[in-house]
Amino acid sequence: MKQEISEQHLLKGLANNDSKAIETIYKDNFSMVQALILNNSGSYDDARDIFQEAMVTLYEKAKSESFVLTCQVKTYIYSVCRRLWLKKLQQAGKFVTQAESLEETVLVEDDLEVHEKRNAEFAIMERALSSLGEPCKSLIEAYYIHKKGMTEIADEFGYTNADNAKNQKYKCLMRLKKLFFSQYNIGD
Amino acid sequence: MEDKLLLETIERYLGGTMLAEEKAWFEQLRKNTPEIDQMVVEHRIFLHQIEEFGMVQKIKHTLHNTHKTLVEKADINEGGSVSTRGRVVQFYNKYKKVTAIAASIAGLTALVISGLVAYFSPAVNNDQIELLGKKIEQVTRTQQAQGARLNEVDSKIPKDATVTAGGTAFMIDGKGFLITNAHVVKGSGTIVVNRNGQEFNAKIINIDHERDLAILKIQDEDFKPLGNLPYGIKKSSVDLGEELYTLGYPREEIVYSMGYLSAQSGRDGDTSSCQISLSANPGNSGGPVFNKNGEIVGIISKKETKAEGVVYAIKSKGIFKMIDELKESDTSVQKIKLPSSSKLKGMGRTDQVKEVEDFVFQVKAYQN
Repeated sequence: MKQEISEQHLLKGLANNDSKAIETIYKDNFSMVQALILNNSGSYDDARDIFQEAMVTLYEKAKSESFVLTCQVKTYIYSVCRRLWLKKLQQAGKFVTQAESLEETVLVEDDLEVHEKRNAEFAIMERALSSLGEPCKSLIEAYYIHKKGMTEIADEFGYTNADNAKNQKYKCLMRLKKLFFSQYNIGD
Repeated sequence: MEDKLLLETIERYLGGTMLAEEKAWFEQLRKNTPEIDQMVVEHRIFLHQIEEFGMVQKIKHTLHNTHKTLVEKADINEGGSVSTRGRVVQFYNKYKKVTAIAASIAGLTALVISGLVAYFSPAVNNDQIELLGKKIEQVTRTQQAQGARLNEVDSKIPKDATVTAGGTAFMIDGKGFLITNAHVVKGSGTIVVNRNGQEFNAKIINIDHERDLAILKIQDEDFKPLGNLPYGIKKSSVDLGEELYTLGYPREEIVYSMGYLSAQSGRDGDTSSCQISLSANPGNSGGPVFNKNGEIVGIISKKETKAEGVVYAIKSKGIFKMIDELKESDTSVQKIKLPSSSKLKGMGRTDQVKEVEDFVFQVKAYQN
């Protein structure tokens, strides 16, 4: 019971990007995943990438309103990493017998599907932002991601007043939206 | 400029910073103007996307930093990676408590035992003690011998090791030289298992990741040289449509599979390999491909995951090339004599398989 409560607490911390909670989850689970990847013909870098991807999946799950974790955090992370790594191995077309594993796993296919869809959406946003060019990109990021005020932004970017910055932001936003929606289809 | 004002209004509306009166007015406007309604919907999606994007960016950033901090604190280990503090210091910090406790327990136990021994031990002369010592030595020796015999029955994979990869290998010289795929022998050690389940320790003599080939040598006192091989290795190429078969270990038991050459080149036009149509599974990697005369024409290496029955094999020419290259530099390879003639020509398939199966081994690579 006590463990359950502390895991809930940790996941809440993860959802709020609390570095203490993230560090705890990281420390408790990373070595397990590293061993899994290394034992199955992966490198240290592969282990880091796969683990961090799984953490993002867990973060997305923890953030969603309908969030319920029906198993231990450890089991969940292990299952996601295992699935991700098997997929990567399959893509590489390697023809190797998998070492038997007795670890408990849970079904994570649905979560990974959601995660992949989101990844695709983020890729569209990333491409749109990077083809926007500077200073538009930083301006948009400052306002919409870092939630800075217009006056602060005007100061930082060297606009003479907030109104000018606002005008510039509007122009950038229009371009970004055009770029974004040319690839993102509503209703898909 | 009107568009700009409209967008600002929409942002205020979505951000929830509108006063009740204005909000009611705006909602009415939305209802009456489909274009504005569409803009609101679109902008909501956009804001949602960019916000989520920003949050995931932040979490990735945190994860990255966490990883860095944990490596520095040596809470996680990345093999050879060097951190800002010395390894010994890290080790000391990590284990100082445990070491202190262990040391005090050990000290205390040593004192108690030596006290007890001094108290209880009767005064005996030194000769007797020496004799006893010898007897004890004898007992340990017999125990060691028994232990050794027990070990023979045990697996040759070290107890604390985990099997990392597996596949098939076949003999290219009866003195104990085998060939397999390079990707099959990833690990710190390798054993090979024959058809009867007998295990032998094997050493990797040479590994060529580019060709995906590895040469193993059985180094085990249980191994008796097998003499002449029944099959030869063919240098010339195979004709399209020629019937082929393979033996391998997709499971713990040897498995036979039959097919035909479907293309002269391998994946993406690779001319060092060819495409074969037969059913192969993980574990078949490194298995020999025979033609109907019982000559080896290739080595199974990969399969297409998205298509059924598309398997790639490295052409046997690759074995000759690898060994010829190695002979110039490696003296252990100079001993290898590749078999050129096959004794199996004209024999029925089942008889061929019976002759050949003793020379096809299962490979297990382990990591400890």
